[in-house]
Amino acid sequence: MDILGVLRTLGAESGFAAFFMTDGGWKNLVMIIIAFVLLYLGIVKKFEPLLLCGIAFGCLLSNLSYFVGMGANALYHPEIWEAFLDHASPYYHSYGYIMREAGLLDFFYIGVKAGIYPSLIFMGVGAMTDFGPLLANPKSLLLGAAAQLGVFVAFFGAVCLGFTGPQAASIGIIGGADGPTAIFLTTKLAPELLGPIAIAAYSYMALIPLIQPPIMKAMTNDKMRKVKMVQSREVSKTEKIVFPIVVATFVILLLPSTAPLIGCLMLGNLFRECGVTDRLSDTAQNALMNIVTIFLATSVGATMVAQNFLNLNTIKIIVLGLIAFAISTVGGLCGGLVMYKTSGGAINPLIGSAGVSAVPMAARVSQDVGRRYNKNNYLLMHAMGPNVAGVIGSAIAAGFLLSVFG
Amino acid sequence: MIDLVNISIPNAAGYALLGYLVVFLGLVMLMCVILVMGRIMHREKAASPAPAAAAPAAAPAPVKAEPAPGSAGDFKLYNTDPRDAAMVMAIVADTLGKPLNELRFISIREVKEDEV
Repeated sequence: MDILGVLRTLGAESGFAAFFMTDGGWKNLVMIIIAFVLLYLGIVKKFEPLLLCGIAFGCLLSNLSYFVGMGANALYHPEIWEAFLDHASPYYHSYGYIMREAGLLDFFYIGVKAGIYPSLIFMGVGAMTDFGPLLANPKSLLLGAAAQLGVFVAFFGAVCLGFTGPQAASIGIIGGADGPTAIFLTTKLAPELLGPIAIAAYSYMALIPLIQPPIMKAMTNDKMRKVKMVQSREVSKTEKIVFPIVVATFVILLLPSTAPLIGCLMLGNLFRECGVTDRLSDTAQNALMNIVTIFLATSVGATMVAQNFLNLNTIKIIVLGLIAFAISTVGGLCGGLVMYKTSGGAINPLIGSAGVSAVPMAARVSQDVGRRYNKNNYLLMHAMGPNVAGVIGSAIAAGFLLSVFG
Repeated sequence: MIDLVNISIPNAAGYALLGYLVVFLGLVMLMCVILVMGRIMHREKAASPAPAAAAPAAAPAPVKAEPAPGSAGDFKLYNTDPRDAAMVMAIVADTLGKPLNELRFISIREVKEDEV
């Protein structure tokens, strides 16, 4: 019995040896440290913990198990997905090849690649969202549109920094402040950038209470911030039921590429509002949403393998993402200022910043900043209108970019 | 034919502008659809005959003032932090299964243990 030989083999196959023996093994160590930092941010600092914990652990798992040239036991294999996407490869779009070669996280990732998870998350978001404030004040949609400015400025900036058109489109959508939309579009246009884009999108969404207030303060004066808005009209149940049907019909006919996102968002909302599918609404909001979140987060985290993540492009994406968020806030506030002027001072411009999707965090920030200047001002319900309009706006922006670059 | 992969900077600027306009146009059109939908609903509601007055089996509680439509109404806070009040309102709405803007709050008062 060759005990030493067995021990030598075990040692050579271990990840500890791979850190120092394989080409770029040290990069895995760096990624593991990044995963620990993300876990810290998720657990201790509570930065979007439901997603960040899963993303960080997916990152940890893939970098513990995958080393260049030693992929036999890996949970995620970037090279099989490269072959899957390579037009010249015999395995181009071959799910049979994926099923034969895949590790556990590769299987999870199929749901991301096929656009299933982001769409199902949207169904849950639809089931949790009350579109009443938007129906009460349809002009909120203009603020949701204005706040997509960052998407297109960041797209332009990314092209200037040397990214390809599809990559720039995926980076730009970070400015929509909508994680599922960013993941959906990136998977279709630039899957090689999925890890950094998802991290940037979710990190900045968590940082909205830090990013937005200084911009809100810089663009408005005390008088504007103190504006107390009159209450919106009452919205009937019938309107709420008809709304998802009308929006799905209208938006999908206008931009068919938005169908997966808008279709699922509105289906979830119909479950919520129609009053005869409470069980389905409950499942979409809770059980389904939680299950999909687990798969989505871990598989997105798994794409953060060292060889794809540790490069200059990641830093550029992080910077562009921050610019996108800030400019989207500026766009929304500009819309709010226009409404303030045109309404004769009846609309508080602070609700414009809520147009950057990120439901309900951005609306809460409008409420908090407003109350800092007028203790009796409750902007939350008014800010929810632009906030949910931002969800529709970012889906339309994604649909446009997918139509052009897909 | 424009190369969309290696897109030039002027073309990128053009697509960025076009994209922003498309988003605006889409949402403006949607706004018009919602406004029309709202008008139709209200016209139908106004046209429908008022429900026959029910026999006053029990006298309804007198209403002092009609709160603003679509809002939780103006209400007073007694010894209550607004943050706690918002939480109480959210819990009530969730428990009743009603949207917050369909509920009417008159006041929220913190009851101390020795007052119970």
